[in-house]
Amino acid sequence: MSLTIFNALVAVVAAIAFAALNAAYLVWAERRGAGRIQRRPGPNVNGPLGLLQPPADGLKLMAKQLTIPGGADKALFVVAPVLAMVPAIMSFVTIPFSDTIVAHSMNIGVLMLFAFASLGGLAILFAGWGSRNKYGVMASVRAVSQSISYEIPMLITVITIVMITGTMNLKDMVAAQAGGFWNWNFFPSFSSPLMPISFLLFFVCTLAETNRAPFDLGEAESELVAGFHTEYGSMGFGLFFMGEYANIVIGTSLMTILFLGGWNCPFGLYPGVWWFLIKVYLLIFSFIWIRWTFPRTTIYGLLNLSWKILIPISLFNLLLTAGLLKVF
Amino acid sequence: MNPAEWSWLPGVLTANDLSGYADTAVGIIFLIMVATTVIGGIIACSAERLVRAVAGLAACFIGVAAIYYYLNSPFVAIMQMLIYVGAVCIVIAFAIMLATPEDNKKPGPPGPLSGPLGLITAALATFGMIGLALNTMFKVHPKINMGAVKTIGVELLTTHSMVFELISMVLLIAIIGSLVIGRHGRSK
Repeated sequence: MSLTIFNALVAVVAAIAFAALNAAYLVWAERRGAGRIQRRPGPNVNGPLGLLQPPADGLKLMAKQLTIPGGADKALFVVAPVLAMVPAIMSFVTIPFSDTIVAHSMNIGVLMLFAFASLGGLAILFAGWGSRNKYGVMASVRAVSQSISYEIPMLITVITIVMITGTMNLKDMVAAQAGGFWNWNFFPSFSSPLMPISFLLFFVCTLAETNRAPFDLGEAESELVAGFHTEYGSMGFGLFFMGEYANIVIGTSLMTILFLGGWNCPFGLYPGVWWFLIKVYLLIFSFIWIRWTFPRTTIYGLLNLSWKILIPISLFNLLLTAGLLKVF
Repeated sequence: MNPAEWSWLPGVLTANDLSGYADTAVGIIFLIMVATTVIGGIIACSAERLVRAVAGLAACFIGVAAIYYYLNSPFVAIMQMLIYVGAVCIVIAFAIMLATPEDNKKPGPPGPLSGPLGLITAALATFGMIGLALNTMFKVHPKINMGAVKTIGVELLTTHSMVFELISMVLLIAIIGSLVIGRHGRSK
């Protein structure tokens, strides 16, 4: 498939628009969900159900002055929020939302997603270091060690899926799960019996990789003020926020594609982009639910969970799947 | 150059009505990639703050990855991003953060290569490279397999299996070494 300049522009604009819209309204959903879960009012003043809150917030952020603290490393300080947002937008290019809605279907789509996701760690590092703030540096050390240690079980789980489906093209992966829900990779009938555990593992890793509570050690506001974005105001902060929510959308999309059959209907009826979006937003809802229900872990608990529990389980699952695929 | 040859590159080219501009576009994109690589490399070499040097290194690696993509091997490009930018740069930056604060450090005495000797070395290397580039016949190889992962995997485990095994040995030694060092630090 080849693209013209026009197609590429449309794809990029659509990706940015989708990311920005999601970021804005996921903040709204998050605050409403937080209010509901913790029995307090969320944003409910501006517009019906507070739906005009995100544009108001966006305008406020854009109208604010971008302040750069005196001792900061100016170049890194400015580059970091951009670096947080751009890889997220790049990742949208290869995600297939349905059979036809995909900007550029790559044969190595999974790898590309992870390649761009790994840039997020650099953004956090530069932000924390560039702002010359003790809290920022502490947070970036934490966030980077976290993202390094959770990338490993995540990638091993993805290798398991790649072995089962035999392709790295996200579109073909979904095609391999067509039909009813019993064909999804989540259900263990045709592959490894450990697939639901694998899904749980991937879910936990996505939570950790996107710096979400209970794993948001990078911005633990009760210990580190706001972590790596302590010094950021106005749209610098806004870009970090948008990047975070865009990463959540990408993570849940990846979960949907790898485990939950992408745009396939559970009962084989009317496959299409709506099923994809339903699954993605259900997963995002569970993210919000978890964030406002569980307390934050400690950094030791976080690293131990990855190195002592998740990595051994994912390796075992990899071996088991390889063995079962060889036998059957 | 025939624009149809570049039809694999998404985004910019291929439309027949744009064929006049395609060459220019390709050239500009290539120049941007080279500039990213070279400027990143210069920053990596000359930055005073180590974190900036890492940033330059990352930019350099991204530029190289873009050139790989441009040369029709997306797999190598993605691997470059995943391994060099995503892992190597982050680990270097991590090591810098855990080391002593660099504000307290003074640059050491200049090494033996810092004076005219360095200039001569650089000049020789540059002339060598230019000579090599001018005297090589650059052949356009036919597109083989779109840099398919499967081919690379098969080659790695058949033709180049010796290299593969040696690399795994190196990695094993590195892991054991880091375990030994880590163990040593803990007993104190």
